Amino acid sequence: MSNPATGTESGHVTGLYREHEEWTVNTGGKTIHAKRMPGFFRTMKYFTALTWLVFFLGAYPRWHGKQAILFDVTNRQFHFFNITILPQDIWMLSLLLLLMAMTLFAVTSVASRVFCGYFCFQTVWTDVFTWIEEKIEGQPGQRRKLDGAPWSVTKVRLKLMKHAAWLAISVLTGISFSIWFVDAFDYWHDLLTLNLPVIGWATLVAFILGTYILAGFLREQTCFWLCPYARIQGVMTDAQTILPTYDENRGEPRGKLRRHEEGAAKQGDCIDCFQCVQVCPTGVDIRQGQQLGCITCGLCLDACDSVMDKIGRPRGLIRYASLDEMEGRPVKKLYQHPRTFVYIGIILLALSGIIYGLTHLGALVLRVAPERQPLFVRMSDGSIQNKYVFKVLNKTNKDMYVTVKAEDGISGQQIIGAEQPILVYHGRATPFTIFVKAPEKNIHEEITPIEFRVEGVDHPEISSEYQTMFNGPKP
Amino acid sequence: MSDNHKSAGGVPTTGHVWDDDLADLVNQPPKWWMLGLTASAIWVVVYWLMYPAVPVALNGNYFKGVGLPGSGQWTAIKELEADQKEVDAVRSKYENKLKDMTPAAILADSELTEYVTRSGKVLFSDNCAACHGQNGAGTIQKGGKFAMREQGYMAPMLNDDDWLFGGTIDKIHETVSGGRQGVMTAHKDTLSGQQIDDVAKWVLASSEGNGNAPEFAAGKKVFASSDCASCHGADGKGMQAMGSANLTDKIWRFDGSLEGIKQTITYGVNVGPDARNAVMPNFTEAGKLTPAEIKKLAVYVYKLGGGKADAAVAAK
Repeated sequence: MSNPATGTESGHVTGLYREHEEWTVNTGGKTIHAKRMPGFFRTMKYFTALTWLVFFLGAYPRWHGKQAILFDVTNRQFHFFNITILPQDIWMLSLLLLLMAMTLFAVTSVASRVFCGYFCFQTVWTDVFTWIEEKIEGQPGQRRKLDGAPWSVTKVRLKLMKHAAWLAISVLTGISFSIWFVDAFDYWHDLLTLNLPVIGWATLVAFILGTYILAGFLREQTCFWLCPYARIQGVMTDAQTILPTYDENRGEPRGKLRRHEEGAAKQGDCIDCFQCVQVCPTGVDIRQGQQLGCITCGLCLDACDSVMDKIGRPRGLIRYASLDEMEGRPVKKLYQHPRTFVYIGIILLALSGIIYGLTHLGALVLRVAPERQPLFVRMSDGSIQNKYVFKVLNKTNKDMYVTVKAEDGISGQQIIGAEQPILVYHGRATPFTIFVKAPEKNIHEEITPIEFRVEGVDHPEISSEYQTMFNGPKP
Repeated sequence: MSDNHKSAGGVPTTGHVWDDDLADLVNQPPKWWMLGLTASAIWVVVYWLMYPAVPVALNGNYFKGVGLPGSGQWTAIKELEADQKEVDAVRSKYENKLKDMTPAAILADSELTEYVTRSGKVLFSDNCAACHGQNGAGTIQKGGKFAMREQGYMAPMLNDDDWLFGGTIDKIHETVSGGRQGVMTAHKDTLSGQQIDDVAKWVLASSEGNGNAPEFAAGKKVFASSDCASCHGADGKGMQAMGSANLTDKIWRFDGSLEGIKQTITYGVNVGPDARNAVMPNFTEAGKLTPAEIKKLAVYVYKLGGGKADAAVAAK
């Protein structure tokens, strides 16, 4: 009974683990050399990969003598053309993150892992690295042969060339990342004169190693083992999501292509040519259905379509299709897909929040803290004086003189301490103290609302208001 | 069963099988992963030794953790010193400037004034607030053990614009550095009870602006004919040269009630055990504050809300 051999021999255990050879958990054991085949989705991938040019080039444009887009972490300022975003506006970043997350969710729920398959840096960089590999070492067959061959001058030369090219891309990636955070041209200058700060070198080295290892060696293992998004996105698909799907009804029973009519009649369209597996960058067999390893890049669709063309069968044995379609249920239209609307609703909310934020940023931000001890002071002429600490955040790129005015408050009030325009420094909050003095006879409440307004002397359109209180004695 | 670690589907098992077909597979993690795990475990120990966690006492030195090579021995004091150095580096820019500047010159520099009022706030809390109250709001003593002797402000409120000894920056600086002690004679022997009552009523009335009303004429007469006017001035507005209070405003150094005023007149200020006590110590002699700190305090007090522009400076 307890002898496992019994179970094995009786076929139970073996049966249970029959699929072991298809398990992709330990993919790291062998390198996947995917075949490159032309086709619609292949072309799509080249175009979507081009969006990453923004990453390489986006930090170079200048705007009014400064870098147009600069995430100046050291000075805690984000520059985006005319807009400067300070830590005070961090709530917009959270909305932006929400927006990006929701876009990912929405796209995934409609068309599965589009991000993974077409846009993810892991996918794109791996694609570029394997493209180089193919140019230098040849087709997958040649690559496997080369890997297995003993070391020779040719092998060393080819490997050196490949790794040099990989490292060059990695270095460029590291530099392109860094220049979003410091002035791009200063960075190049410091880099070429070997004058980068320690943190600069550390970032560069981390990115070179990260790119080289992740895209050069870990590849699909990143998607299997490291990437949380692969797991998150997997659960976002439902029966209405379109995925690259193998049409089992049409394909099975699969078998080698036969010329005889009677054999062909019993057989499905799948000729078991393994082209779909050979082109897969993560090495999965799509015919086993949707799985963790599938990044839905569509390359197997191209492969299968080209085979179908050759054997004279209709295309689309592997195609983008939903589970509903496969199981013969009515296929819902996109607008009958309530999840999508929830996602779109959240996206619109986040987007309008960001737009509101960007248009209402204001170049000046006024904060006023009334003195709390003492709340008010009786002056020798019998008037009541309040003290306020002003903090004026100047988000423009120039120091600015501002005037201070008050609205509401007590009639006959007098602002002391702002007779002359006050200098507020750019890029930070300048504090100063203001007193407001008012005749006691005009004070009718213990607490009277008062609104302060600061206004640029040369730029009256730049202003900020703050509502606070004027404290007085009990009338 | 131990001899039967056969593989199921190529994977070795531990040899345990339950429910006929539930086998326990031995799937070795990848080698690089195991190496990483081992290296991390070793690093935990190394890190724990280097990190300032383990107290060490060697050759009379006490420190924590062995640290990185060349980083020295970590102690909390050293860290504090390093932190203070950082702060001092920021402050020294201002502090060096301050040394040779007069308080008036500091006031003319808005950035320096901002710095000085901030560090002055701390100095004030440590040295002055005990009597003058937090933020110079004054400390009111009413009732309690000293009810008869020291009713009213223990020390003047500093946020208003009423100054016994002058509210220009130089006068305030003089007060902080040299201290002040006002004097008011006791009148229990020189004035009758009725006279004290009359003059107290007049003082109260003049603070309300009714000093010339006929019903207070008796008190006004006492004020003019006795020694009151010689210190408080004929108009009762006080003399800052000697620190006598302005009696015509609504701000009271001591208790401003009729009873309180009468008590001040009867027993005086700083002239005996029953008199009101009003001494500002000399902070230079006390040696507790440096000249720079006294300057800071002067500017801080000036900026509390009642500082008076110097007439001479204003004229320029």
